[in-house]
Amino acid sequence: MIPPGEVPPGCTPVITVHGLKNSFGEQVVHEDLDLAVCRGEILGVVGGSGTGKSVLLRSIIGLQTPDEGEIEVLGENMVGRTEDEAKNIRRRWGILFQNGALFSTLTVAENVEVPIREYFPFIKPPLLDEIASYKIAMGGLPPDAGPKYPSELSGGMVKRAGLARALALDPELLFLDEPTSGLDPIAAAAFDQLVRGLKERLGLTVFLITHDLDTLHAVCDRIAVLADKKVIGVGTIPELLALDHPWIQEYFNGPRGRAAAASYEGATA
Amino acid sequence: MAEVTDQDSADGRGSVYRVAGTVNIARAATTQREIDALPDPLTIDLSDINRMDTVGAWIVYRTVRDRGAKVIGASRDEVGLLKQVGEFDVPTRVVPDEPHDLVSVLRELGQWIADTGATLVGLLGFFGATLIGFGNVIRRPKRFRVNAVVQRFDVVGVRALGIIGLMSFLIGVVIAQQGSVQLAQFGAEVYTINLIGRITVRELGTLMTAIMVAGRSGSAFAAQIGTMKITEEIDAMRTIGVSPVEALVIPRIIAAVMMMPLLAFWSMLLALIGGGIFVWLSLGIPPLTYIQRLQEVIPMTDLWVGLIKAPVFGFIIALAGCFQGMLVQGNSEEVGSRTTTAVVQSIFLVIVLDAVFAVFFSNIGWI
Repeated sequence: MIPPGEVPPGCTPVITVHGLKNSFGEQVVHEDLDLAVCRGEILGVVGGSGTGKSVLLRSIIGLQTPDEGEIEVLGENMVGRTEDEAKNIRRRWGILFQNGALFSTLTVAENVEVPIREYFPFIKPPLLDEIASYKIAMGGLPPDAGPKYPSELSGGMVKRAGLARALALDPELLFLDEPTSGLDPIAAAAFDQLVRGLKERLGLTVFLITHDLDTLHAVCDRIAVLADKKVIGVGTIPELLALDHPWIQEYFNGPRGRAAAASYEGATA
Repeated sequence: MAEVTDQDSADGRGSVYRVAGTVNIARAATTQREIDALPDPLTIDLSDINRMDTVGAWIVYRTVRDRGAKVIGASRDEVGLLKQVGEFDVPTRVVPDEPHDLVSVLRELGQWIADTGATLVGLLGFFGATLIGFGNVIRRPKRFRVNAVVQRFDVVGVRALGIIGLMSFLIGVVIAQQGSVQLAQFGAEVYTINLIGRITVRELGTLMTAIMVAGRSGSAFAAQIGTMKITEEIDAMRTIGVSPVEALVIPRIIAAVMMMPLLAFWSMLLALIGGGIFVWLSLGIPPLTYIQRLQEVIPMTDLWVGLIKAPVFGFIIALAGCFQGMLVQGNSEEVGSRTTTAVVQSIFLVIVLDAVFAVFFSNIGWI
C-alpha cells in the first residue's frame, strides 16, 4: 500500500493535502497530515470521535484556515484565497453537511434553487423549477417534498434534500459529512445505493466522512483512516487490515466490523 | 462555445439546432433562449458537443418532451444521460399553494383572531401554572433553586446597572435641558427642579427601566427558553422529573420582580443626579439647594407610586418572556420571532398597566 500523501498509479488527484496542521489553542488536531483523493473514486474517511474528520473537511472546503500545510482542490490552491477566487471552485463542488444545513425559511425546492440562482441568475422559471424538480427526484425524494419546509421533513428526507442541493450545480466533487448517521438501516442502505448510483451516473468524486461500517463496505472505493493526528493509511479494507494499527484492527475486526463484512460478503457472493 | 445553425432546409425538416462545445449549466440560459427562438419542427444535433451535464441534458430532454424535437448525433454517453434525466422527470411544486383571494384574507384574519385569543388564554394558563409552581415551591421549600435565582439576580440586576444608570443619567440631563428652555420663557427656570423630580421619580424612572429590562432580560428569557425547547432540553427535564416551571420560570420571575424596584430606584437616582448636574452648570443652582428643593417638591407618595409599579412590571416582563419562550416549537427561526413578540408584548403591557396605575393613583389621592 502506498503512503497516504502519494498518488496511486493511474489516478488524477482532485484533492491533495500536504503537511496539514490544525490546532485549537493548545489542542493539536492534525499534524503533518497528508491525503490524496483521486478523480472518480469514493473515498471514505473514518476515525474515532474527536480525530478531526469534520475539521479536515472544513479545512479542505476552506471554512477553516489551517495553521500550516497546503491544500489543493481541483487543481487550485485553497489556502489563503480571497472570496472571489474561491467562488470559482465553490461552483464545482457540492457539500452535504451533517445535519443537512437546509435554509429553514425556504422550501426544499427553493433550497435547491439557491446555488443555481446565485451562480446563474439568468436561468429563470419554469426551467429553474424544472431543474429543481429533477434534482429533488435525483436526491431520491418524492415530488410532494418540493414545496415542504425543512421543519416538516424527517431526518432521512433532510439528508436527501441536502444531497439534492449539493447536486444543484452538477458538481465534479461531492463532500458528504456522515450522510447515513441518524438514519434507520433501510434508509441508510438506500442512501448508500443512491450515492453509489449517482457517482456512477454522473462521474462524481466523493469525499465521504462516515462511521457506518456498512457504508464503507458497500460504497467506498478506498478508505482513509484518521488517527494519531494524521491519516495513518489509505486503501481498501484488506489493505488497511494489513497495517498493524490497533485502532484499525479494533475497528474492522470488532464485532460490528465483522458483522458488516460478513453481511457484505453474503450479499455479493 | 456553442455554435447555432438555424437552417431552414429545403426538404422541410424545419430548423436544426447544432451545438458545438459544451452544453452545461453555465450556458443553460443561452441554450434555452436559442432553442426557444427556433421554429418547429426542431432537430437538435449533438454530434459536435464534447461535454454535457445534467442541466444541458435536461434542456434537450424538455425540448423533446414539450416540442417533440428530434435528437441526432448523440453519443452513447449522451443518450445515457438523456435517459437518466428523463427518469427523474417528476414535476414538483416549489412553494406550497397559497391562494390570494378574499376568502383567504378572511381566513387569515380569522386565524389571527383565533391565534390572539389562544395566546391570551395561553398566557392566562401559563400564569396559573406559574402560581401552582410557586405554591409547590412554598410547600416544599427544598425545591426552591437558590443558586438559579441568585444567578438571575446577577444577570438581570447587577449587570444592568451600567446601561440603566447611563440611560437614566442622560434622560435626567435631557429633561432638565428641555424643561429649562421652556420654563425660561416665563421666567420659571427654578421649576425645572419640580419637573425633573416628579417626572423621574413618579413615571420615567420605572418606565424606562422596565423598557430596558424588557429589551435586555425579557428577550433573553424568551431566547434561552426557546432554544432549550428546540434542543429538547425542556422535554429532557420533564422526563427526568424536573418541572421546567420551577427550574426555569420561577427563578426568572423572582429575579425580575425583585430586581425591578432596585433598578428603578437606581434609575431615579441617576436621573436626579443628571438633572442636578445640568441645573448646577447651566442655571447655577448649587447641589445642596437642589437636594433641598427636591425634598420639598417630591411628595413621598411619588416614590411609592414609582416603586409599587416596578415589581408588577418585572413580573409582566418575565412572564411574557418565559411564556413566549415556552411557545417555541419547530425551527430556530421561531426563536427569533418569539423573542420579538415577547419584547413587544411586555413593553405594550407595561405601558397599558402604567396608564391604569396612573388613573388608580390619582383616584386614591396620590397626586
